[in-house]
Amino acid sequence: MASRVRMHEFGITESIINIVLDKAKEAEANRVTKISLVAGELSGFVPDCIQFYFEFLSKGSPAEGATLHFESPPAQIRCRDCSTVFHPQDTVWTCPSCQSESVEIEGGRELYVKSIEVE
Amino acid sequence: MKKIEVVQNILEANDSIAAQNRELLEANGVFALNIMSAPGAGKTSLILRTAAELKDRLRIGVIEGDVASTLDSERVQNEVTAVVQVTTRDASESCALIANMVAHALKRLPLEQMDLLLIENVGNLICPSEFALGEHMRVVVSSLPEGDDKPTKYPIIFSDASVVVINKLDFLPYVDFDIPSFQKAVLGLNPRAKFFQVSCKTGAGIKDWCAWLERELSSHKSHQKIMK
Ligand SMILES: Nc1nc2c(ncn2[C@@H]2O[C@H](COP(=O)(O)OP(=O)(O)OP(=O)(O)O)[C@@H](O)[C@H]2O)c(=O)[nH]1
Ligand SMILES: [Mg+2]
Ligand SMILES: [Zn+2]
Repeated sequence: MASRVRMHEFGITESIINIVLDKAKEAEANRVTKISLVAGELSGFVPDCIQFYFEFLSKGSPAEGATLHFESPPAQIRCRDCSTVFHPQDTVWTCPSCQSESVEIEGGRELYVKSIEVE
Repeated sequence: MKKIEVVQNILEANDSIAAQNRELLEANGVFALNIMSAPGAGKTSLILRTAAELKDRLRIGVIEGDVASTLDSERVQNEVTAVVQVTTRDASESCALIANMVAHALKRLPLEQMDLLLIENVGNLICPSEFALGEHMRVVVSSLPEGDDKPTKYPIIFSDASVVVINKLDFLPYVDFDIPSFQKAVLGLNPRAKFFQVSCKTGAGIKDWCAWLERELSSHKSHQKIMK
């Protein structure tokens, strides 16, 4: 299984590098030194995996050697019955206030490039 | 040193290709399902049953995302109008189909001669849920031997599904799978989810599922006409 879970980070890392290089070019920068990424707890993307592919895929580009900084906003679940917003314990999504299981995801699925630092 | 604010969604590239796929499907009057499940839950079996039931009335194409082998496409090729095996970049195996792979596959399908496209995603309950392919509907197949706790373990895939097909119903006497509580957990995440209970082994429930699918197709078609 472990070997199969790689590829989607591979594609994601390619997208990250494309976004970053476009922005760096717009800014007429020579080098990207830092990339800040936001990958929510529920986004399904593993930072270590992105880091691994990043080192491989950025070689020879202006992004080579940039440090990746990850922010992982927590899962935020909202109860549809009483509107309580909570962080789920384990994987069971039951409202802690009213025990309802009717819930929706409010936060934690984010996946975006927040900012970069260039020189 | 200069800091640049970016705030750009990383999945945007995938989403825009998915939107193009969707347009291409619409232009050809093809309705597409993205079928997802854990490995072995019965995606290929469901495609075979669905094709056998509907092939006299609908022209069906299949995209097989089982990148590890061509076995599944060999199984379906006699039942459908066309089948395309998705090959990922030579790099490595994939854990999910992405829109770009489907875009390539669509080029190899006779879309103008199809009504329905069944896309078998890679067997996995996490990765496929993040990638839109251009489908009209997401179908999750859950099979009884997997246990009834999957919605709480893998909530994302269930919250985005239009339909949940509960498969391997013939296992009911042998496993502890509480169908009502499974359905309740899914509905908690996704109040609009629709359920079907089937056995791809015995064929139980397949007619209901296919009849519903046919109705969805024709209501989509008539809606399209009104929009035009
Ligand atoms: N008893 C029983 N077996 C089933 C049923 N549906 C599928 N199977 C069996 O389950 C196994 C896996 O079915 P597939 O249809 O290949 O499952 P899949 O989801 O396509 O599997 P992958 O593509 O490998 O992820 C096969 O041996 C099927 O014959 C069912 O309703 N009842
Ligand atoms: Mg299969
Ligand atoms: Zn509540």
